[in-house]
Amino acid sequence: MKSSRWIYLGLSGAVALATFLATALLMNIRQRKQEAGQRYVEIARLTEDTVDPVEWGKNFPREYDGYKRTVDIERTKYGGSEAFSKLERDPRLKRIFAGYAFELDYREDRGHAYSLKDQDETERVKQRPQTGSCLHCHASLLPAWRKLGGGDVIKGFELMCPMPYAEARKLVTHPIACLDCHDPKTMQIRVTRPGFLNGIRALKKSQGIDNYDPNTMATRQEMRSFVCGQCHVEYYFAAPHKRVTYPWAKGLKVEEIESYYDELKFSDWKHAETGAGVLKAQHPEFEMWSQGVHARSGVACADCHMPYMRSGALKISDHHVRSPLLNIERACLGCHPFPAGEMKARVEIIQDRNAKLLGRAEDALVALYDEVKAARAAGAGDDRLGETWRLQRRAQWRADFVNAENSMGFHAPQEAARILAEAIDYARQGQLAARRAR
Amino acid sequence: MSRFLRLLPSVLSGALVGVCFFTFHFAEGLSYFSNDPNACANCHVMREYLDSWQKSSHHGHAVCNDCHSPHAVVPKLWTKADNGWNHSVKFTLQSFGDPLRIRAVNTERLRENCVRCHEALVEDIRHAPGPELDCVHCHAGVGHGPRR
Repeated sequence: MKSSRWIYLGLSGAVALATFLATALLMNIRQRKQEAGQRYVEIARLTEDTVDPVEWGKNFPREYDGYKRTVDIERTKYGGSEAFSKLERDPRLKRIFAGYAFELDYREDRGHAYSLKDQDETERVKQRPQTGSCLHCHASLLPAWRKLGGGDVIKGFELMCPMPYAEARKLVTHPIACLDCHDPKTMQIRVTRPGFLNGIRALKKSQGIDNYDPNTMATRQEMRSFVCGQCHVEYYFAAPHKRVTYPWAKGLKVEEIESYYDELKFSDWKHAETGAGVLKAQHPEFEMWSQGVHARSGVACADCHMPYMRSGALKISDHHVRSPLLNIERACLGCHPFPAGEMKARVEIIQDRNAKLLGRAEDALVALYDEVKAARAAGAGDDRLGETWRLQRRAQWRADFVNAENSMGFHAPQEAARILAEAIDYARQGQLAARRAR
Repeated sequence: MSRFLRLLPSVLSGALVGVCFFTFHFAEGLSYFSNDPNACANCHVMREYLDSWQKSSHHGHAVCNDCHSPHAVVPKLWTKADNGWNHSVKFTLQSFGDPLRIRAVNTERLRENCVRCHEALVEDIRHAPGPELDCVHCHAGVGHGPRR
């Protein structure tokens, strides 16, 4: 009797457990089916004035979750998202940027979530007067421009650019966020930055296409790079209104941008050690990428920096925008059928070679400065340094173009090597010219 | 009372069997015995593979099973059971890596199916010394269209 009671209890327990598991499986299948069937639930009403990403996150929790992760602090071999000082890591840069705000503070940039905070805190803004132009890429500011321009975004942009930074800063609240790349009604990606709209129009005009508008004329795959190219580009503040301008009217290559600046007789600053009028490259990722094999193969920025990922039954693009080296499986292996370690090694071979070449270019620049110093000590005046200055400007622009570009050569390895070879050559030619000036 | 207790196990087991049958039905379990390519995308992860197959050169000639399963009944059912078990466990527990990679045993099944149709064409290269060549190493886009 007793043993049959145990069998009875045991059997009931087993049936209960099996029912529990079968029901759990049933609910899991139901959840996945629901996920697959629905794109999103509209909880918040999003408009052109919804700046706060929290609101967007109510409708798109998965994407918002990724966006919030851009606060991470990570290191890759040469970059990442930790704000280490580039000046401390490479003291030659202090001499290369002598007389310019970058000799005060030059750090690795952090994620999108920090884009406004880091702009507020850099010594380049604290110690040197800057303008509202900076906010073009550091804040989510379409509504602010619209308000300032009395309903006209472009007019608001033109008015904000010349304002003192502190004054313009009061008009914005959030770093780069959803509204900057997405239409709040349709979620289509879009380009909102006047600097890019004007720049790409000028570029396309040089290729024979008039009145180019990416928002109506670009393919979806092009847009997946253009949204990033709104800010990750070379730019300057055009006189007299400090208007953010992308120097693309002659093309995107390093010498085409240089000739654009030469024609305008534009210099960012006068080099404090030599007196040459030189250029500062900003972060020409879009330009460098456009010269590389990935761009040629139709691979967009978002393919590697925001690769597709699975979330339950859904496929979304990862809004945790970051270095692909921190996400090799999804970023690289979707196209390259090799182990992650192999892909990392390939990237690092490219970057190591680029870093060595870049070091040589910087050594050559520093040698040029020393030669100018010696020439001046021997009595050479400004009137005899014209040729040296011209060559320094060429060399400095090229070395900085590769240094400021945030891929350590990876976006276009051969192009980066070509640029650095020219930089070394121009710097050494400049050194010879300075010697002749004695 | 004791009569009710004696009936309870059969009531409970009946409920369990009912839940299991409903789960099987809800998960479209029978569809897995078919040749319908849409059945593979029941497991939502396969959606993009179904999509890319529709854009491939083979979509008019071969469905999923033609390439990914053996054609004799028993090996076919065994392949479905083997992969079905792995896929459902991993998808339910969300314990799989990205991107998905074909297992060696499935690569072999796939290759046998390439040869099954294209034997007349590849007969000569198959007799070259050394290991069997993997067709999709070069012909990567024939089954699943452009990569992205």
